[in-house]
Amino acid sequence: MARPFTPKIVTANALLEGDVIYLSASDTWVRALSDAALFDTQEVAEERLAFAAKDGFAVGAYLVDAVAGENGPEPTHFREDFRRTGPSNHNHGKQAEL
Amino acid sequence: MYSYNDFDEAFVRERVSQFSGQVARRIDGSLTEEEFRPLRLMNGLYLQLHAYMLRVAIPYGTLNPDQMDQLAMIAEKFDKGYGHFTTRQNIQYNWPKLPDVPAILEALADVEMHAIQTSGNTIRNVTADHFAGAAADESFDPRPVAELIRQWSTDHPEFQFLPRKFKVAVTGASHDRAVVRAHDIGIVLKEQNGVKGAEVIVGGGLGRTPMVGKTLSDFVPFADLLPYIEATVSVWNLLGRRDNKYKARIKITVHENGLDDIRARVEERFAQIKPTFGGVDMDMLAQIEQFFVSPIFVDKPMESYTRAYENDPVFRAWADTNLAAHKNADYAIVTVSLKKPGTTPGDASADQMRSLAQLARDYAHDELRISHEQNVILPHVHKSNLPALHAVLKANDLATANAGLISDIIACPGMDYCALATARSIPVAQGIATRFEELKLEQDIGELKIKISGCINACGHHHVGHIGILGLDRAGVENYQITLGGDGTETTVIGDRTGPGFAYDEIIPAIERLVYAYLDLRLDAEETFLATYRRLGMPPFKEALYPVKEDKADAA
Ligand code: HEM
Ligand code: SF4
Repeated sequence: MARPFTPKIVTANALLEGDVIYLSASDTWVRALSDAALFDTQEVAEERLAFAAKDGFAVGAYLVDAVAGENGPEPTHFREDFRRTGPSNHNHGKQAEL
Repeated sequence: MYSYNDFDEAFVRERVSQFSGQVARRIDGSLTEEEFRPLRLMNGLYLQLHAYMLRVAIPYGTLNPDQMDQLAMIAEKFDKGYGHFTTRQNIQYNWPKLPDVPAILEALADVEMHAIQTSGNTIRNVTADHFAGAAADESFDPRPVAELIRQWSTDHPEFQFLPRKFKVAVTGASHDRAVVRAHDIGIVLKEQNGVKGAEVIVGGGLGRTPMVGKTLSDFVPFADLLPYIEATVSVWNLLGRRDNKYKARIKITVHENGLDDIRARVEERFAQIKPTFGGVDMDMLAQIEQFFVSPIFVDKPMESYTRAYENDPVFRAWADTNLAAHKNADYAIVTVSLKKPGTTPGDASADQMRSLAQLARDYAHDELRISHEQNVILPHVHKSNLPALHAVLKANDLATANAGLISDIIACPGMDYCALATARSIPVAQGIATRFEELKLEQDIGELKIKISGCINACGHHHVGHIGILGLDRAGVENYQITLGGDGTETTVIGDRTGPGFAYDEIIPAIERLVYAYLDLRLDAEETFLATYRRLGMPPFKEALYPVKEDKADAA
């Protein structure tokens, strides 16, 4: 049996600031994971990634698993949890800025 | 210390201006990321998890106070007020913004510093013994040879597209503090029958396939050293596996072809290129040596030191752990610990950098070093100045008395910063240091080197830690593998894996069990952790790490 599909988000780093960004439902880049668009099929996810990858202001766009939470998408892996938060040794990055 | 000549100055400025143009073209869209990436990597600019990271070279770990002040200025103006000193004698800024990078590089060039060849498949920043020119056990100062190699390797046309990165380390002392046997080339300076020269070691490295370097030549006289090194890199440049980046390092080339075959090829290549050097390398070495003359050591009374040592237990504890023997008996080498329990190993704030710069001016003949153990060294301090120096360190939160002890941990940035990481390493280091501080056992445990990497690349040297910790991702959770018995000195050994790894919340208790086992097992307080492990081997430590659980069949 095929594995159930895990929804995806599109994420990258901003060209100028270098920080983590996500593709929103209105095709803009947003800085909070909770504002990201969650794609329910592989086809749509890949199509949105191809779109995002054309944007020169987003570096290294990729798809990553996420699940719907109460306040928007939630990461399923700790790496993305750190990316949306910032480092654990200093109060820097998203946790300090958002 | 070395000072740029017109050629160096022009070259570094030229690179800054080239890269400034490249950044501008990237921002206006005329360069794609694909085109820009190799250019930024050639200039030490990475893109990590949360931001860009700029890696600045500190050649052979040597800094003057003005350079340290400038590093502080950059940290404050362009970053978040701190910098991270690494195991490769570099400083990394974790938060620069792309449009600011040209200005940072310009500011570095103002103090004769740069970020060139701190990344990419080139010959990287040359590292050296951080006690160079000061250590009592040193026969030669390794820095002139290291500087010669830096000049030769910088922008060397044959070596800009190597199969993989290439790292060189140099020492001139009997005790290896530069981990030379874990480098692509390790150089140990020595004298034979009155002739200066070096043992050349090849094919050491950590990463996914750790290997201890092997002696390629037991003695190469100085007059042949640079062509011999060039011949070695040249042989590997042709022979190295470009088909598979995991097999591309010279350690694999040596392993696959055999040391004798490589040696024969190097000798053949050496015979071809040696005549083309024509002695210019030796002229340059002679010039460079002028820059590394010893400071003029002063002769003055010592009673302030003796008085403080006898009367101030805090000073005494610090002096006992953080001072090393200087070649001049009235002087000491000071290790300033960047490992206060609970802080990030290797991080220094801008204020701390400035106070260190001032201390170097006031008490240390204008010299600072960065050690591969992520501490700052003041190599030449007259003992009479130590109490005053210690007072300033205390005031700046830099007087932690733990050099070489269990809380003096090497940790790579791990998943708190690094895009390649599979787990965090910094919080593990913080947790261990804080725990052993609470236990008040550190002095009793004595010398113990813990080294932590956040992935198999081994930037935190875990393979050569007496206790090594490797963070992995096991089915979506952080998991930490332990190795024991590693050694990064002249008796280099790759540590042995103990068995199954430990979860994030189990790793610190596991280390605690190991250390208690050691305290029980050692013959006396003189027997170090490493010596005890060498005597007894893995079994008793394994028993302590994996106690048989009564309620669970699965102890992993
Ligand atoms: C952007 C962050 C970093 C990246 C992408 C990175 C990447 C790598 C990679 C891929 C390797 C394995 C090379 C191989 O086996 O062929 C490696 C090894 C190594 N790195 Fe890093 N590293 C980073 C940060 C650091 C830091 C912060 C340090 C110093 C604390 C460091 C020091 C080393 C050392 C000592 C080795 C092992 C020696 C060797 O075999 O080359 N790296 N690094
Ligand atoms: S060991 Fe891995 S996690 Fe640590 S800095 Fe190197 S590449 Fe990053």
